Amino acid sequence: MLSKAADRSPPASLPGTAANPRPVPAVRLDGVVKRFGAATALEETWLRVEQGEFLTLLGPSGCGKTTLLNLMAGFLEADAGEIFIGGDLVTSTPAYEREIGIVFQNYALFPHMSVAKNVGYGLRMRGVPRREIAERVDAALALVKLSGFSDRSPRQLSGGQQQRVALARALVIRPKVLLLDEPFSALDKNLRGAMQVELKEIQRRLGVTTVFVTHDQSEALSLSDRIVVMSAGRVRQTGTPDEVYRHPQDRFVAGFIGDVNLLPASLLARAGERATVAIRDLRRDVEAATLRGCAVGEEVDVFVRPDHLAVRQAGEAGTLPARVAALVYQGSHIDLHADLAEGGRVVVRMPGQGALATYAPGTPVGLVVPQGGLAAFPARDAAPSPLPQGPPDSRPSSLPPEPGSTR
Amino acid sequence: MRRRLHTRILGLSGRLLVGLILAFLVLPAFVVTLAAFNDRAILSFPPAGYSTRWFARALTYRDFRIGLWNSLVVTAWASTLALAVGTGFAIALKRYVFRLKGGLEGVLLSPLIVPHFTIGLGLLVLATGIGAARGFAVVVLTHVIVVLPFVIRSVYISLQNIDERLELAAASLGARPGRVLGTITLPLLAPGLFSGWLFAAILSFNEFTASLFVTGQATQTLPVAMYGYVREFADPTLAAVSVIYIAVTAALLTVANTFLGLGKVLNVEQGR
Repeated sequence: MLSKAADRSPPASLPGTAANPRPVPAVRLDGVVKRFGAATALEETWLRVEQGEFLTLLGPSGCGKTTLLNLMAGFLEADAGEIFIGGDLVTSTPAYEREIGIVFQNYALFPHMSVAKNVGYGLRMRGVPRREIAERVDAALALVKLSGFSDRSPRQLSGGQQQRVALARALVIRPKVLLLDEPFSALDKNLRGAMQVELKEIQRRLGVTTVFVTHDQSEALSLSDRIVVMSAGRVRQTGTPDEVYRHPQDRFVAGFIGDVNLLPASLLARAGERATVAIRDLRRDVEAATLRGCAVGEEVDVFVRPDHLAVRQAGEAGTLPARVAALVYQGSHIDLHADLAEGGRVVVRMPGQGALATYAPGTPVGLVVPQGGLAAFPARDAAPSPLPQGPPDSRPSSLPPEPGSTR
Repeated sequence: MRRRLHTRILGLSGRLLVGLILAFLVLPAFVVTLAAFNDRAILSFPPAGYSTRWFARALTYRDFRIGLWNSLVVTAWASTLALAVGTGFAIALKRYVFRLKGGLEGVLLSPLIVPHFTIGLGLLVLATGIGAARGFAVVVLTHVIVVLPFVIRSVYISLQNIDERLELAAASLGARPGRVLGTITLPLLAPGLFSGWLFAAILSFNEFTASLFVTGQATQTLPVAMYGYVREFADPTLAAVSVIYIAVTAALLTVANTFLGLGKVLNVEQGR
């Protein structure tokens, strides 16, 4: 049930050989490396995308996810390694022969062509007969609920409609893989949710293998079959949304997926797969795998989700002493920001409304730390702290600030 | 109350200043146009009586007729050649990374810095050296050199306004590089190419300094013929030619505006 840090297929297991019982993956990357000048945009990466899978490349700007997508599309050439699509070696195959569909962040609709001409472009390039083009374009527009928009210019469409056209244009060629480069980031929040549901439906109905690039962890968690978390040109963890959310294998993943708090602790003991840590005088059980290279007695950081913490009366047995700093009303829940006695701030996510009156700023409280759902990492690890620094109104989110390009 | 008066005076003088500047912009054309209709055989302002006879003379004067024809031929060749060469260089500068790119850019834009008479003189010396002096080829070459920087700028800016993702999307849909060029890049570039060509044509049609050096009796362009005329005569024929010049250029721009919109032609608005 644990996910691997990266999908390291041994190079010996070539597709189609008897040694490989698994079906041919839709996309396979074998040790792919990409450099831009002296900078390595993508370190050696091994990855399998299964047939029909919805795989998300998740990471902050500049983590290499867009580079990876461009390598799959054939817009960039790998400096090392091999890329397979549907079992065929395509490492040096040009983009126009790869049969992939791509939807860009800005949709990249051809401004001098009508909606129907945009959608039919790929079919015209393939020399499909005119009558068949018309039929398939109509079917694709019906799929994205844009029947009757054939003669419009892309300029006359809303952002959501433009995105549907881009999706229809990519799907109409029946691509081997559908690549989506942050397709939702230009839409407003309400439309984004609706489009996500629709995309997921279409993807499931067609069964098209999809690689989705995003920096938005909630988008990744809600849409994906599997998530590849990336940072600084490296794959940090590959796993189902639940695996990367509940069992982060890496300090970066723990901080990037979902909101987290960091509690200072020390390693008490280690026994096989499990380890015991002490948070002040609280003893908690954590996975030992993430504490590799950490000796007993050394300091560790324990990661805990805001909704896993609870607030009790100060001094109650088995709680961590803290003092309320602020209450932030979030509509469906309330975030209580508290300062730990030994320094550091944590966020407790409380459902319901009652808490507003109960905890005035300055009130001493006791924090309940759950027995499970904790992850610990060596404290000396120099990684950006996921703790909410600064004023309490700053959201306890570890999202990167700008959704810009990730080249 | 006083303050309000102040603002009003300031506002009025501001408008007056803008009006004066605009007036100065059109003043030369205005004076020359009026002078062209002067009945008397002398270039003067204000005109004493009105007549259109200088237009008749302008259109029938042999040097002007030959000059106009030469100018049209040279302009057509020079602007078209400059467009072809300039488009190639603009694409190279915009899309490719290579050694000495900065150097190439400098060389291509250098005609902006080198005075036209230097270009003309240089080419005259060179052409005399190889025995090709005063031929049309040298005149066309001179004009290509003079207008090339403007064509490159114009095409380069248009290229900058084309989202390269459009070409990537086309490629992913199965379009080979040649078809991407034909179905995406060139159609989107067309207004830029046309504006580049138009700029080149107007500049070439008006070019005088360099042309003075490289043209001969048989190849002299209209501006050179006009210069020759004004050294001998002082009647309003020259003013009449000027008016024709203005009218032709304005007509060209009007046509361009009707078909493409001036904003697009002049690369002012680049909304997609």
